[in-house]
Amino acid sequence: MYPFTKKTVLLSLNATFLAAATAFSASANAQETLHVYNWSDYIADETVANFEKASGIKVVYDVYDSNEVLEAKLLAGKSGYDLVFPTARPFVDRHIKAGIYQKLDKAALVNYQHLDGDILKSLADIDPDNAYAVPYMWGTTGIGINVKKVKAILGDEMPLDTWSLIFDPKISAKLAQCGISLMDDATEVFAAAHAYKAENNNDFSNKSIDAAAETVRAVRGNIRYFHSSQYINDLANGDLCVAHGYSGDILQARDRAAEANNGNEVAYFAPKEGAVVWTDVMVIPKDAPNPKAAHTFINYLLQPDVIAPITNYVAYANANKDATALIDEGVRNDPGIYPPAETRANFMVLKTPTDKQARTMNRAWTRLKTGQ
Amino acid sequence: MNPSLSGNNPLAKLSGRGLLIGAPWFWMGVFFLLPFLFIIKLSLSEAALMQPPYLPFIREIEDGLVTLVVNFGNYSLLFEDPLYWKALLSSIEIAAIATLVTLLIGYPMAYAIAKAPKAWRLPLLMLIILPFWTSFLIRVYAWIGILKTNGILNDALLGLGLIDQPLEILYTPTAVYIGIVYSYLPFMILPLYATLIRLDDTLLEAAADLGCPPWKQFLTVTLPLSLPGIIAGSMLVFIPVMGEFVIPDLLGGPNTLMIGKLMWTEFFNNKDWPLASALAAVLLVVLIIPFVLWQHFEKRLEMRQ
Repeated sequence: MYPFTKKTVLLSLNATFLAAATAFSASANAQETLHVYNWSDYIADETVANFEKASGIKVVYDVYDSNEVLEAKLLAGKSGYDLVFPTARPFVDRHIKAGIYQKLDKAALVNYQHLDGDILKSLADIDPDNAYAVPYMWGTTGIGINVKKVKAILGDEMPLDTWSLIFDPKISAKLAQCGISLMDDATEVFAAAHAYKAENNNDFSNKSIDAAAETVRAVRGNIRYFHSSQYINDLANGDLCVAHGYSGDILQARDRAAEANNGNEVAYFAPKEGAVVWTDVMVIPKDAPNPKAAHTFINYLLQPDVIAPITNYVAYANANKDATALIDEGVRNDPGIYPPAETRANFMVLKTPTDKQARTMNRAWTRLKTGQ
Repeated sequence: MNPSLSGNNPLAKLSGRGLLIGAPWFWMGVFFLLPFLFIIKLSLSEAALMQPPYLPFIREIEDGLVTLVVNFGNYSLLFEDPLYWKALLSSIEIAAIATLVTLLIGYPMAYAIAKAPKAWRLPLLMLIILPFWTSFLIRVYAWIGILKTNGILNDALLGLGLIDQPLEILYTPTAVYIGIVYSYLPFMILPLYATLIRLDDTLLEAAADLGCPPWKQFLTVTLPLSLPGIIAGSMLVFIPVMGEFVIPDLLGGPNTLMIGKLMWTEFFNNKDWPLASALAAVLLVVLIIPFVLWQHFEKRLEMRQ
């Protein structure tokens, strides 16, 4: 999960008030306190309460819904958080370079052995020896589809696991009336556009950025909105036909539509031309007030029987190889959550652009969205 | 008479007055000038990958040797890249149109309240102020439910058979205008009401006695005399709308380009705090212009009287 969204204002305001309120109540007793800052809807209902019972540590749990909000707090310094959950690329990559995290004390993480070695290896290029970051969940960015409505428009023969639903001007023109949304995220959208055109998605030159922007501009008129979380509701309610979004979010939309029994059948596809794969990790800020408690919480989350119910709840795959057997069969066998090998072969790992390249991308993105 | 007391008196008076005048100056200094100087300082530094994400203004190059590094690059980028002045122009346009619409809706409402029987005025004013008791964010969110494709408005219009196809209002500039006019209407009505209620009715009677028809009474007496209210209301709407972020973000479509949203992008997506600060400084300068014009106008009005 990576980008920024619109609930941000609300969420960060909430978080501030919560932090203020809880800081006050915490000072009343001398109990040990842990300040956690995580994505919204990214943990099971019981997890925190169970941890508090098991450890005696009081958890102050705040949520955000964009890496950018988290990043702004961390870079400003003295965030007061002991444990945060940013996305590895490009965020943790540049945060490690900026020196804002502290090294893990692996001796305190006895459950570290349960982690999937392949996922640890996949992070080693940005975090040598996995010194700073512990992987939490991973997922992909692909497309969510209202199956019945899209089939009614394009016919039964049209394959649905392809970016051409969005980036082929002829096809997206047919779907426009029914509603197409793109994420409000330059990195994700440009990576998808590069994948559709079979271009190198790790080339951040001006020429490459212009090419991706051109691909999007050709279908700009067919896009209803750019947003990174609104599509969950709209897909579930039938207000959208095609949404570019995170695997777990689209699967939540699918489950909500099924619960509401409103006739909308939502499905997630990781497009065959390539889907971005990302990993969210747990890291401890350098100025964390209570790094010891942060280690205790990480170690708790590394227990297979703790992380498995979280995956059941959030519909994202965890990085714990010993937890897979404990996960509900329906979740474990869901190709949207645990994709088969042939789908994994098409996953794209994004490199981190330099700050200057990232700014060029974001400014090109603003121009594109606003039609300038 | 005690000479020491009489000698103290003017001093005591002076310090009392000084305190009274000093309090707002102190307030402005601490909560406006100081933060603004921080912004200016930040806007002259350079973004960098560190904590906090910019290079300090004053750097130590060798032991004790300090250098002051001033970077005007952020300001020059604002003028070189058309995106920024287009966003500024677009914000001015949106704020101007929204202010005009708010005035056209707010004036008759303020007028009606001022002319209403005395017992009605307070309840009517309460109805204007009442929405403030709910959070601004919640009220803007409510408009999403009203305006969306399968929302309350479209359902009602479809149900009444007035339209065959749902109207696409949400995520368009129209939705932004609806949101702004709705949210800022009280700021227009209250100063207008305050001016209109103080109008001397005998002036209208005199005009009527001299044979002036009601519409001309309004144009030549009421309207000019309510000008201070119109200007105060328009400033209260125009200035905050210029920097508005929440309404275009929640209700606006991707093509709503406003300076507030651009600042958000620079601050959060680009981690470019210095550029965002430069944008804020430029916005402030642009907003000071109508304020200076207002003061100038007020002075002229006073001189005429």
